[in-house]
Amino acid sequence: MRFRDHVIVGDILELARRYRDEGADELVFYDITASPDGRSVDRSWVRRVARILDIPFCVAGGIRSVADAEEVLGEGAEKISINSPALADPELITRLSARFGAQCVVVGIDSQTVDGSYQVYQYTGDPNRSRNTARKTIDWVREVQKRGAGEIVLNCMASDGVRKGYDIAQLTIVRGECSVPLIASGGAGTPEHFADVFSSANVDGALAASVFHSGSLPIPQLKQFLRQSLIEVRP
Amino acid sequence: MTRLAIIDSGGANIASLRYAIERLGIESELTTDPARLREASHVILPGVGAAADCMARLQNAGIVDTIRELRQPLLGICVGMQLLYESSEEGDVECLGLLRGRVRRFTSELGLPVPHMGWNQLEFEPPSPLLNDIVPGDYVYFVHSYSAPIADSTIASSTYGESFSAIVQQGNVYGAQFHPERSARIGSLLLRNFLRL
Repeated sequence: MRFRDHVIVGDILELARRYRDEGADELVFYDITASPDGRSVDRSWVRRVARILDIPFCVAGGIRSVADAEEVLGEGAEKISINSPALADPELITRLSARFGAQCVVVGIDSQTVDGSYQVYQYTGDPNRSRNTARKTIDWVREVQKRGAGEIVLNCMASDGVRKGYDIAQLTIVRGECSVPLIASGGAGTPEHFADVFSSANVDGALAASVFHSGSLPIPQLKQFLRQSLIEVRP
Repeated sequence: MTRLAIIDSGGANIASLRYAIERLGIESELTTDPARLREASHVILPGVGAAADCMARLQNAGIVDTIRELRQPLLGICVGMQLLYESSEEGDVECLGLLRGRVRRFTSELGLPVPHMGWNQLEFEPPSPLLNDIVPGDYVYFVHSYSAPIADSTIASSTYGESFSAIVQQGNVYGAQFHPERSARIGSLLLRNFLRL
């Protein structure tokens, strides 16, 4: 779920309930404006979400310290996901992993092609501040694993929001260097896109937002399609 | 009457476990007080993080022997289950020794991502009271890098490159390698079944 801070908590809870009942396997709550503004998410909603959800969920956005993570995990989230703050301070990954274990620490990576190679972007939540870090994506993928990331969400920016399918080529390359769970993000539009990313890029999970929010692809229908395509999914 | 004590092992899953119990309409007490643990009708030992850290916390709280001497149903969850064994490869630490065996790391030779995170199926044959209304093939949510080998105490297994113990039992001692508090309906059934023991 991607939401900006004007989404009120009642709506978040309603969406959480809806996805829980539709059979989502995991939810990710992003506050994509949190890092560019140099502020954190208001975390009062984490506990309310934790009370109603009986599936795992991850909180992303504005987590810059062990204390931030402690608060979110203490309220009942399973995992925290860090992106821009990890680029600003890679040591943060090490500290979080040492304190909470790798399984809690997801690193989100925004990546796109620049001059023939995949490069990492920072502060993508704000179009005015989004910037190329000049880091090669594959180098960053290696580094975050060394530092103790337990999962990587690769958001392929060129595919994001256009619903033309996941970036199979990029995900396949990253998969080859990724020995922790890899989650594909960006580009989901049809059930075939999901089947394709699981079978071609061998990812461990596929993340999508708009295609679910809009109701254009109900989760039960997607799961039925995946089962017919012989991809194992929880009913 | 059910009087559930949850051992405050410092793990990050305690909040979600308490909410799952709350959804069953049962109150729980979070404690490291030996007297409160002994008085409880059921005890849960949750755990997230490194086995050595969790054991150190139990030792600092002075409740290692208390846990070993409990006679009421005791359920270890995730690392809490791993602590029930004699030892763990993680930090090469001596554990509670309530179950025989050593917890080991998933080997990279399996060619699968570690940690193992995701929904996997339970496999079991003879039913157990802990598995009431749960059927083989049901999915539960795992997050772990270490696991316990199949042994006499295994009552359900799961497969991630290799078979490992998903649910164990010996006498009053129970364990779940997965997270029932985040395993939707099936996890809720397991917690309900445990609290009915």
